[in-house]
Amino acid sequence: MTQDDLTITDPKMKAHGVNVFYGEKQAINDVSIDVGTDLVTAFIGPSGCGKSTFLRSLNRMNDTVASARVTGQIELDGEDIYAPSMDVVQLRARVGMVFQKPNPFPKSIYDNVGYGPRIHGLAPNKADLDVIVERALVRAGLWDEVKDRLQESGTALSGGQQQRLCIARAIAVDPEVILMDEPCSALDPIATAKIEELIHELRGKYAIVIVTHNMQQAARVSQRTAFFHLGTLVEYGKTTDIFTNPKQERTKDYITGRYG
Amino acid sequence: MTFNAAALLLLIAGLALIGWLAGRARSNLLAGRAGTKLHSRPQYHGWYVALWLFAPAALFLAVWASVSPALITNQVLTSEAAQSLPAYGFERGAVLSDARNVALGNQAKVRMPAAAPLVKPYADAAHKYAWIGIAAMLALALAGGLYAFTRIKPDFRARTRVEKIVMLVLLLASLVAILTTFGIVLSLLFESIRFFRLVSPAELLFGTEWAPTSGAPQPDTFGGIPLFWGTILIGAIIAMIVAIPIGMMTAVYLTQYAAPVVRKWVKPILEILAGVPTVVYGYFAALTVAPALREFAVMLGIPNASTESALAAGIVMGVMIIPFVSSMADDSINAVPQAMRDGSLALGATPNETIRQVLIPAALPGVMGGILLAVSRAIGETMIVVMAAGLSANMTANPFASVTTVTAQIVKLLTGDQEFDSAKTLAAFALGLVLFIVTLLLNIVALRIVKKYREAYE
Ligand SMILES: Nc1ncnc2c1ncn2[C@@H]1O[C@H](COP(=O)(O)OP(=O)(O)OP(=O)(O)O)[C@@H](O)[C@H]1O
Ligand SMILES: [Mg+2]
Repeated sequence: MTQDDLTITDPKMKAHGVNVFYGEKQAINDVSIDVGTDLVTAFIGPSGCGKSTFLRSLNRMNDTVASARVTGQIELDGEDIYAPSMDVVQLRARVGMVFQKPNPFPKSIYDNVGYGPRIHGLAPNKADLDVIVERALVRAGLWDEVKDRLQESGTALSGGQQQRLCIARAIAVDPEVILMDEPCSALDPIATAKIEELIHELRGKYAIVIVTHNMQQAARVSQRTAFFHLGTLVEYGKTTDIFTNPKQERTKDYITGRYG
Repeated sequence: MTFNAAALLLLIAGLALIGWLAGRARSNLLAGRAGTKLHSRPQYHGWYVALWLFAPAALFLAVWASVSPALITNQVLTSEAAQSLPAYGFERGAVLSDARNVALGNQAKVRMPAAAPLVKPYADAAHKYAWIGIAAMLALALAGGLYAFTRIKPDFRARTRVEKIVMLVLLLASLVAILTTFGIVLSLLFESIRFFRLVSPAELLFGTEWAPTSGAPQPDTFGGIPLFWGTILIGAIIAMIVAIPIGMMTAVYLTQYAAPVVRKWVKPILEILAGVPTVVYGYFAALTVAPALREFAVMLGIPNASTESALAAGIVMGVMIIPFVSSMADDSINAVPQAMRDGSLALGATPNETIRQVLIPAALPGVMGGILLAVSRAIGETMIVVMAAGLSANMTANPFASVTTVTAQIVKLLTGDQEFDSAKTLAAFALGLVLFIVTLLLNIVALRIVKKYREAYE
């Protein structure tokens, strides 16, 4: 793992020497990584190597797992997110998350998107909330499809629409970072293409980290790629370098499909 | 010779054992002789013979044991000695049973002189029918056993057949409960129809005066509204005001906040509470809660405060229902996918916000189903209301006053000392029918809701 090919001058998040344990078992071993502000970072690696675990430690979702324990340093804008003074609720509003399976709430489309802004008090009145909801849905590329049925249940949408609804929901609280854990793995190719397009558009507005099993997807949407194997970070660099000229044998084997 | 069902059952069990051995031996023999492979292992052939021997005979035994007393009595009644029996009613039954007891050897001498001439016809009839029964049973057992025995061949699929017979036996077992319930409902229905010949259904359902005072100068009135109101006040209002919030909060605590150790202990304890006999709750309501509430009401100057109050019964019933509500709510909240909770937490919601705004709304259909089931239990609950709610049919919204419920009145109507076919007694059946229909509907609706909800998260 070398730092010299990284041209991240102004990292949004910095992880240093991070270990994650589930009980006695170590799932992440001494991982250091910088997440660029205007970049899309992809995490790739074989199943069970700890991508999700590491991603979830970036917004402290691992706190919800009783047995999970995180050591090392993770900073958001230079602020230690595991410091006792850190407000986890605030942190998660700043570092949003989209899950593998679309998980809209059993509420209306409007309320799904409005949920975050409401609990964070971002919208003093209905008109403000209308604006926020519309903007989030527009950004998530869903507005035209749902603008006439905002009061219908979010669970009644198609899988791809549900996933974009979840992205809109995350965007609505105006986060700085968006973490996506295999956001397209439950979607068909057309819905996948829409999400990838959306990631392109969101790039620059948010720092984005995406876990994917799809090499082409990582190559298409990301500028930085990190390859994990057995809980360690094997290689991290520009996406073009990782895919055309990997330095590590293990990376090359994985990308060319020799294992994983 | 009398008909002793237990001994006979043992006899056919013994025969079945012989059948089992014979079946196994024969299949072994066949396998050895032909040098061919058996389709099923020898013990399946044994089981096949044993089941064919046992099941029809045992079934016959069960039927015979229940119909033969009637057959015996019928024959006795046709005898000459029976012509002098008292025409009908209690006395006639007593004489007959006296004669029967002597004939069957349960008692040494007749107690009523009138029974004496009947002893011999009784003994003769019993003897005759016992022999008929035993002969028929043995014939059935042997026929079944032989039929099965002759079917044993190397390629006979005894294993599959045994499976089928076992399935049939299990099916019969499950039918017992259903048919019994069906029978109970039918008898309830017939008695109710007899009641409705005397009193119109409209009076029972919409009448506001409940005064079944048999023998009193003024006519009885069977207006059910005060009872229905009392039932609703106690079971559906007061009990639920206690049980729903506390049960929900318990469920939320157990599913969302409690450490695994706490959950491990509290859940079983709650389940044990659900098994406390209701009479214990009844004591508690009548001896502790009701007097305390009355003092409290008197202190406040509330009129009509009674030692038997709707509030006491309702509160204790609510407490009794808490484990039920909390366990239903627990299940519903647990059925909400973890992803929903994660989705909310990942947006920066606190656990409390997540519970109130996502988990409970998502679990609401299931919780509603659970609450309906709880209501249906509460309105059918008897012991607590009999002991604590009182028997005076008041139409009052004052929870400190005494009210009565459908179940309490059923108990009162049936424990009195009157003829079986008086309107007063029959009214108990009609009330039972109303209660049955209401709880049945509640249960159907509740189970539908719960099922739909389960499907939504499958
Ligand atoms: N809640 C948990 N409790 C205990 N062990 C866990 C838990 N979650 C994950 N693990 C373990 O941690 C390791 C890393 O899991 P993780 O889910 O991070 O892998 P992943 O790279 O995301 O895999 P995939 O590509 O299949 O999603 C695995 O060995 C897994 O078994
Ligand atoms: Mg994963």
